[in-house]
Amino acid sequence: MQIRIQNLRKDFAATAALRDVSLEVRSGELIALLGPSGSGKTTLLRLIAGLERPTHGRIFFGEEDASSLSVQERNVGFVFQHYALFRHMSVLDNIGFGLRVRPRARRPSRNAIRARALELLDLVQLSGLEERFPSQLSGGQRQRVALARALAIEPRVLLLDEPFGALDAKVRKDLRRWLRDIHDRTGHTTVFVTHDQDEALELADRVVVMSNGRIDQVGTADEIYEQPASPAVFSFIGESSVLPVQVKRGWIYLDDRALDLRVDCPDGPAELYLRPHDIDVVESHAGAIPGIVSAVRRQGGIRRLELETGARRTRVEVAIPADQTRSFAGRVSLRPRRWRVYPLNGGGLQSGGDQAGA
Amino acid sequence: MTSALGLPLRRPSVLPGFGLALGFTLVYLGLVVLVPLAALVLKTAGLGWAGFWALATDPRTLSALRLSFGTALAAAAINLVFGLLVAWVLVRYDFPGRRLVDAMIDLPFALPTAVAGIALASLYAPNGPIGALAAMAGLRIAFTPLGIVVALTFVSLPFVVRTIQPVLEEIDRELEEAAATLGAGRLATLRRVILPTLVPAMLTGFALALARAVGEYGSVIFIAGNIPYVSEIAPLLIVIRLEEFHYQAATALACDMLAVSFALLLAINLVQAWSRGRFGHV
Repeated sequence: MQIRIQNLRKDFAATAALRDVSLEVRSGELIALLGPSGSGKTTLLRLIAGLERPTHGRIFFGEEDASSLSVQERNVGFVFQHYALFRHMSVLDNIGFGLRVRPRARRPSRNAIRARALELLDLVQLSGLEERFPSQLSGGQRQRVALARALAIEPRVLLLDEPFGALDAKVRKDLRRWLRDIHDRTGHTTVFVTHDQDEALELADRVVVMSNGRIDQVGTADEIYEQPASPAVFSFIGESSVLPVQVKRGWIYLDDRALDLRVDCPDGPAELYLRPHDIDVVESHAGAIPGIVSAVRRQGGIRRLELETGARRTRVEVAIPADQTRSFAGRVSLRPRRWRVYPLNGGGLQSGGDQAGA
Repeated sequence: MTSALGLPLRRPSVLPGFGLALGFTLVYLGLVVLVPLAALVLKTAGLGWAGFWALATDPRTLSALRLSFGTALAAAAINLVFGLLVAWVLVRYDFPGRRLVDAMIDLPFALPTAVAGIALASLYAPNGPIGALAAMAGLRIAFTPLGIVVALTFVSLPFVVRTIQPVLEEIDRELEEAAATLGAGRLATLRRVILPTLVPAMLTGFALALARAVGEYGSVIFIAGNIPYVSEIAPLLIVIRLEEFHYQAATALACDMLAVSFALLLAINLVQAWSRGRFGHV
C-alpha cells in the first residue's frame, strides 16, 4: 500500500510540531524517519496512524484519502516503543485481540483466530510461549509479541515508533536483522521512527531525515551519507568536524591560506564539513590544512587524532588506521579526501566539491 | 539467610531487621486487633453452643443482620459504579474546579457521621426538600432501608474513589491507542482493556466501602427510623441490647457480624489474589 502525504502540518497549542511535510512512501518499502528528539518524526508517524489529527494537509493510502478516517478504520499496525501489551491477556490473546474485537460479520471463528495467532507466533519465533503473560517475557520477546499483534489484523501499513528504543544493544541488533527479514517475507509497507542512525541506515530502503518539524532529506543510506543536502544532515549523520572558511573565486581559503580545494559556489563565508575517516595526514605542503595535534587516542582498530587548526584553533578529528605507527606530534598537515562546503549566508543549500582533485 | 528451622523465610535485603519487624508486627496486631476480638469470642463462648445459637438466630437479630449486610452491599455496589465514574472524570479530564471536586471526595471521611446523618435525615424526610419530591413520586426514603442505603453510600464513597484513582492514573494511554489501532471501538477498549486492568483496585475499593458501611452507626441511626424488623441495623441492635444489660445477646450479635464480615472480606481477597495472579505484578 502506497502512502502519500501532502502538505501535512500539525500544531500543538502555539508550537508547530510539523510544518508542511510532503512525502511519498512506495508500496512495500521499508522507510525510516530519522531525527533528533523534537524533530517531529513521532508526530508524523502518529498522524499517519490517525492517533493525531493534522492541523491541515492530507494523507492518502493508495488512492483513498485516509485523512478523514478514524484510527480504527485506517487499519494500520502500530508498534509502540514500550510495547503497550495488554498485561491481563496471555500472549495468544494479545495477538488475537484485533481479530476478536471485529464486528461479528467480519470476525473469524474462535478456532480461526487461534490458528492465526499461533501462526504469527511462529513467524516471530516465539512458539511455545502462547500461554505466557507479558510480565513473564523479556523486553525483546514482548516487542515481538507486539509486532505479531500488529500483523494479525492484516494492516495496510505497518508503523513502528522507536521499536527497539527500550532494548539493550545486543537485542537491538538481533531484532533489527529479524525485522528486515520479516519485512522481506510479509512485504508490508513499513515506516519506523528512530533516533539511531545506524539502525536507520542499516535497516531502511530509504531514510527520511527530519529536524525542526521539516524533512531535510529523503534518500538511500548512500545518498544520505555521501551527499548530505544540508549542514544539519551532515552533522546529524556520522561524525563530523566543521571549519569556518572563505570562498574566493572558486577556491577555499582557511584564514588567508588557499587550500587545495576547488568548489563551485558563490564567494563569501562558508563552512567546510569533514568526516574523521575522510582525512589523510600528509607531508606538509602548500595546499594542505595545517594543524597541531592536541591528543592521540587508540580506539579499537583506529587511531584518533585531535587537532587544532587555523587562527581560531578549531577542533578537527582525524581517524587513521591504528597500524600507522608513525608518531603524530606537533605540527601536521591534513588533506581531506571528501568534503562538503555549505555557504553560510548564501541562503541556499548549494554545496561544493567532493573528492579532492589530487 | 534461613530461620532456625532451616526455612527460607526471607530474601536477603539491604535493609536488616526482619526479626524485629516481624516481632513488632505480631505484637502490634495482637494488641490492637486480636485481643479485643478474642475477648469478644471468649465472652460469647461463655454462653455455650445452645445459648449462643438461640441468641444468634433470634428473628430480630437475623433481620438486623440481613438489613445491615444487604444495605452495605447495595451501597458498596452503587459506589463501585459511580465511584469509578467520579475517579475517571477526576483523572481523565481537566476542568475548572477539578482540585476542589477532588478535595470534596474526602469530606465524608472528615465529617462527624452524626452530622452527616442529621443532614441527610432532614433532606430526605417527607417534609425535607428532597424527601418531598420523592414523596410526590410515591417514594419514601427516610425511615426506610432506602434511607440507610443513602447514608451508607455517602460515607463509603471516598473508599472506592481513592483506591481506583491512583491505578487509573497509572494506566498507560498507549494501551488505549494500541487497542484503537487494532480496531477496537470505545466500548470494546473500555470493556476489554481498561476495566480488566482496574479489577483489583475495584475489588479493594468495594471491600473497603463494604467494611466501612457494615460498621457504620452514627449517620444511619438518624435517617433509618430504627423500626425493629424494618430499619433497625445490627450495630444499633447491639447498642440496644447493651442498654438492656443483655450483654450475651450483644456479644452473640457481634460474633455474627464478625463472622459474616470476615467471610466476605476473605472471599473478596481470594478473588483479588486470583485476578492478581492473572495480571502478573500489578
